[in-house]
Amino acid sequence: MPEGKGTHGPRTLDRDPGLQPERTRLAWRRTTLACAVAASLAGRQTLHSGIDPASLVVLALVVVAWLAFLALAHRRIRAMRMPRPPALSPRAAVAAVACTLALAVLGAAMLG
Amino acid sequence: MTESSGPGPSEPTRPSEPARPAEPRGGGLASAVADVRLWFAPERLRDEGGTPDYRFSLANERTFLAWLRTAMALVGGGFAVDQFLPETARPLRLALALILLAGGALCALRAISHWVRCERAMRRGEDLPMSRFPVVLGLAVGVVALLMVIVAAFGWRG
Repeated sequence: MPEGKGTHGPRTLDRDPGLQPERTRLAWRRTTLACAVAASLAGRQTLHSGIDPASLVVLALVVVAWLAFLALAHRRIRAMRMPRPPALSPRAAVAAVACTLALAVLGAAMLG
Repeated sequence: MTESSGPGPSEPTRPSEPARPAEPRGGGLASAVADVRLWFAPERLRDEGGTPDYRFSLANERTFLAWLRTAMALVGGGFAVDQFLPETARPLRLALALILLAGGALCALRAISHWVRCERAMRRGEDLPMSRFPVVLGLAVGVVALLMVIVAAFGWRG
């Protein structure tokens, strides 16, 4: 009897009734999607004025920025499997912001 | 406000309006630099106060992501203006695109700054930071949107 309680007790305790990890996981998914849209537009911008080596380099950097964000989101989404995920690390937050800034700067360089 | 010639000494201090902890008004730049240092030093953030309920940290993280999405939308909007308004005069088009891109970059920087400050406030058990940024951003987006409607309606050709 006590053993049965022992196996059931922690499981009910470890389930967050507010589904906070799940909501956070989906927030990362939404943000990855938004990043994909921004990256597509930035990529389109690089090829806007014709294809030359410089624009291909910028396009590659745009893809790298998007892939970096994808990897970041993937890691965080995996962390959300835990019943009590640890807080986001400032480094991951800085990296996510850096990807956004990179898209803005790379695209701005190709405005015309 | 509380120091002014109030109704009298018998008036108790109102609990709804606690004396705000003195904000580092004079050292605005210094505190901003300290905040930026926190971005890169997870161990220093962990040194502050105690670990808050993980749900609060996750809520803060989602707010950060929502601001980041806003930033990405502005950045994408900047590219969209340049790519999808080809008949608009070039200087106007470039100006609008650059305003949106700069706004997006500002929004992204503000996202992390606000996230760090909220995280620290929660660890210390302080009030969450207040900010005028949402109002400023809202007004700016409104102005830009109005400008774009005018541009799209009258089509200022180059």
